[in-house]
Amino acid sequence: MSLDTALLRNEFTLLREKLGNDKDLVYLDNAATTLTPDSVVEGINQYYLQENANIHRGVHYLAEKATESYEGTRKIVKNFINAGKEKEIIFTSGTTAAINLVAYSYGMNFLKPGDEIILSAMEHHSNIVPWQFVARKTGAVLKIAPINERGEIVYEAFLKLLSARTKFVSLVYISNSLGTINPVEKIISASHEKGALVLLDGAQAVSHVPIDVKHLDVDFFAFSGHKLFGPTGVGVLYGKESVLAELPPFFGGGEMISQVSFTESTYKEAPHKFEAGTPPIAEVIGLGHSINWFKRFDLPAIHRQEELLLEKTLREFREIPEIKIIGEADDKTSIVSFVVSGVHPHDIGSFLNEEGIAIRAGHHCTQPVMNFFKIPASARASFSFYNNEEDVEQLVKGIKKTITFFKGGGKL
Amino acid sequence: MINQNLYQQLILDHNRSPRNYGKLDNPTHFSEGYNALCGDHFLIYLNLDSSGRIVEEIKFSGEGCAISKASASMMSEIFTKKSIDEVRELFDLFKRLVKGQPISQAEEKKISKLIIFANIHKYPSRIKCAILAWHAVAAALDNKKQTSSENVEI
Repeated sequence: MSLDTALLRNEFTLLREKLGNDKDLVYLDNAATTLTPDSVVEGINQYYLQENANIHRGVHYLAEKATESYEGTRKIVKNFINAGKEKEIIFTSGTTAAINLVAYSYGMNFLKPGDEIILSAMEHHSNIVPWQFVARKTGAVLKIAPINERGEIVYEAFLKLLSARTKFVSLVYISNSLGTINPVEKIISASHEKGALVLLDGAQAVSHVPIDVKHLDVDFFAFSGHKLFGPTGVGVLYGKESVLAELPPFFGGGEMISQVSFTESTYKEAPHKFEAGTPPIAEVIGLGHSINWFKRFDLPAIHRQEELLLEKTLREFREIPEIKIIGEADDKTSIVSFVVSGVHPHDIGSFLNEEGIAIRAGHHCTQPVMNFFKIPASARASFSFYNNEEDVEQLVKGIKKTITFFKGGGKL
Repeated sequence: MINQNLYQQLILDHNRSPRNYGKLDNPTHFSEGYNALCGDHFLIYLNLDSSGRIVEEIKFSGEGCAISKASASMMSEIFTKKSIDEVRELFDLFKRLVKGQPISQAEEKKISKLIIFANIHKYPSRIKCAILAWHAVAAALDNKKQTSSENVEI
């Protein structure tokens, strides 16, 4: 089945209409957040307009409707990532909160001095800082699996770090700053052989590759709604049933307890023991809509479209001598980081913005990656399957213009 | 062409050939300005005269975007031979300018060609680029070794 990009783009107000600055949008910042189709926004509105109620309490019509939609999303997520049970799906505020939940609930309670946690050198800050908290508090030690010049994990070096002391491996599935798709299957099985648990940061992966947590045999999988065409403020932590059963709650509050007295409280089972307080109900429901929307499309067709855009961009960029591409892994998704000699990434970003092109410039919350490549920052164009070849052409044209402008001292 | 509005000729010129770019060997005052958001990083070297009241010499090194580098370069020109009080006054004035606040005709004269940064308030994410080196000078005068334009009130 092939993809009708024109029809697809029509589903997004932002791609259909001019922006507030009267420009047509060339949106190439999908790794930061994906656009939300109108139908998903309508789904969120429908909750507020027709089902607005708190969940899991109250016996009235609205409360039951809202609970049904909220819990319905758990089933949608379960099927989407092929989890075994709905109780393995915990709603959080995003990937960052999901990783922190594991760091606090598992790391702080189970790790001891000398235990080791392995991360990779391409992690997002959200998969570094929580583990530093854990290491500082528990005496566990962080080990960093190195990357090579192409931006790939050096697998042999990772294997050398693995030992009986390794208790946890926390790894990004697809790098947000390099686009590298990591060989997660062999990393997971090698880690399991040593008895370590594995968390995958799937924030970028969910919109690019099929996710099957059962097949991966991963212990934890985290992702965000807003990188999957859904709303901000919601994310998911998948955890294996057997692992979640052992973990204590992280947040305490209403909705996660069985019995409360002033001397003791008992907790519900997962996932509810991890969902204290009123959750982001509208956002969870919105996530359900966005997953259903995304599942309408054929994944191989999405993959072909993104591959086409990636190849075209790389081909065009290689023709421009001033451009250096950062991250040229063999297995790479449609995220292209680059630097331009003589033009700072922020100036590229500002200049392209005036042409209606939205890219990201900065360190992408991956300062260790920037340090590895000895650059202060990079520019990044990231594509989704609603982008088209014209977007790539606009980008290339814009960059050529930027180079001419800065090299020529302001002349075009 | 809005790009020429943000990146005026003078900014591009100072970006390509920054003035007072380099180091001082034994500066009386020194600080480092860092903007973690964009990776802009400048080192500021100041030599005050024997009275400790006049900027005898100022140099800067480091890397940043066109806006931050041009601002540092033009700032170094305007600060040379100024008294510390004048430096602080110009800093306050520049802060108001980049925030898009009105300044008087007399003030416009004082800030001279740095007036081209008056446009920057239309690009809020770039204000911190323009102000970074200035914060570093203020930090140097306060004997602070480091500052970041992210952590301070503009």
